[in-house]
Amino acid sequence: MSIFRIVWSGFRTNLKMLGTSTFFLLTSTVQPVIFATVAFYMFRSGGRSGTLLYAALGAGMMGVWSTTLFGSGGMIQWQRWQGTLEIGVASPPSLALVYLPFSLANAFTGMYALAATLVWGRLVFGVPLHFAHPWLFLLALPATVVSLGLMGLVLASTFVLYRYANAMSNLLEYPVWIASGLVFSTSILPGWTRPISWLLPPYWGILALRHAALGGGVWGPLAAVLGLGLASIVVSFFTFRWFEHLSRARATLALT
Amino acid sequence: MNSLRVFFVGGLISYRALFGWLTPAVYIPALILTPIFQILLFAYIGRAAGSQGDEFYVIGNSIQYASVPCIFVMSQTIADERFFQTLGPILISPAHRVPLFLGRALPVILNALFVAAFALFAGGLILSITFSASSWMRLVPVLAVAMFSCTGLGLITGAIGLRIRETSVLSNVLVGLLLIFCGANVALSSLPHWMAEIGRALPLTHAIAAARAVTNGATLGQVQGLLGKEAALGIVYTIAGFGLIRFMERQSRLHATLERV
Repeated sequence: MSIFRIVWSGFRTNLKMLGTSTFFLLTSTVQPVIFATVAFYMFRSGGRSGTLLYAALGAGMMGVWSTTLFGSGGMIQWQRWQGTLEIGVASPPSLALVYLPFSLANAFTGMYALAATLVWGRLVFGVPLHFAHPWLFLLALPATVVSLGLMGLVLASTFVLYRYANAMSNLLEYPVWIASGLVFSTSILPGWTRPISWLLPPYWGILALRHAALGGGVWGPLAAVLGLGLASIVVSFFTFRWFEHLSRARATLALT
Repeated sequence: MNSLRVFFVGGLISYRALFGWLTPAVYIPALILTPIFQILLFAYIGRAAGSQGDEFYVIGNSIQYASVPCIFVMSQTIADERFFQTLGPILISPAHRVPLFLGRALPVILNALFVAAFALFAGGLILSITFSASSWMRLVPVLAVAMFSCTGLGLITGAIGLRIRETSVLSNVLVGLLLIFCGANVALSSLPHWMAEIGRALPLTHAIAAARAVTNGATLGQVQGLLGKEAALGIVYTIAGFGLIRFMERQSRLHATLERV
């Protein structure tokens, strides 16, 4: 019951805080629309207009990843600036549990990105929103978002130790977009990148969403994305404990 | 003489302060590695879309990404003065405003030039695109003009930063709009007419076209029209930015928003 209360109140508080951040709202709505627009024109100029829904889903997922990433980096950094990181560390629940709802709220906000790109694609580019498996799409979407949020939790744990979390966030944005093949098939990437893709929830998430929207097997990618989400939560509990200990031992928790 | 000192020494100190706080741990991920990944992302989307060759995206994105240092750094150079409460002492100094603010723009241009050149080199290397020495000789002045014009736009955002707090949001939007309109990833001929016209009024568009032409063997003389338009846009943006700084400075004093962070 207590765990549920921590998760729910943390989720609700962070969602309210994110709603007041112009930067975060920009990242979750305007930026994906910009990338979607570029992708739409690129596919159109290449004579592949039939893949516009493919591009819209990919650009939306780019936004989900960006909000997860910036949210994860930002939540630690903001707490550090506001002097509340130590309070979170000192509280009785484990740090991973304290930040789990924050990560989930970040990823939830990321759904704005997918909604924004789909609506933008429909209104401006006339992208047909006919989903092959609409119910599976509705199932795959929250599963993907939650899984990305849990991966964000692992990243957040490293940001406890790393003072320049925002710079790290910037660095991880494009590589994950590329390795996950959000707007193109990973088959065109060099073969050595394949195992990296397999370890990334966005890779399986976009496959699940793409197959649900355009046709194809959804259950396999869905199981993989959920499996990676569960793995992330286990890993994050260990990494939070480890990095929290290191930052306390080195007295770097409050360094801005 | 004093103006020259304010221009060079003031600009240098401002630059050192900015990057003293940013540190290499921020500089390298944000300005060295990220542009390379942006090039790779769009090159792969381009391959999937079947629209353009890799060289198109290497040139377009390396120049477009330099808008990040131009716009962000220029606006931060001014906005951070406010954040650190040093804007007041600067603005009450008797120093002439032209060398004061343009001096801050010079290191930004040089930094952006380095960012664009490195991205061009590294992105090309990864995608097996080599530019000949003679191409590089022609590219450097093209890049310099591009960075000058884009820094003019950064001066405008910096000026707006004297009045509003969310300069990073504004800078992000502008960088995103450049991504769509300046022909970095979509040729202007593939954009609707009105979008192409907007693109022609923005910095970087003509420089990107010029850079693509010189790497295909055109001489600087053959792209002087494009470079002339880019430089003219840079002058217009710089004058507009400087005028806006003076206006916003007066407004900040009038509304007592100078030190609002």
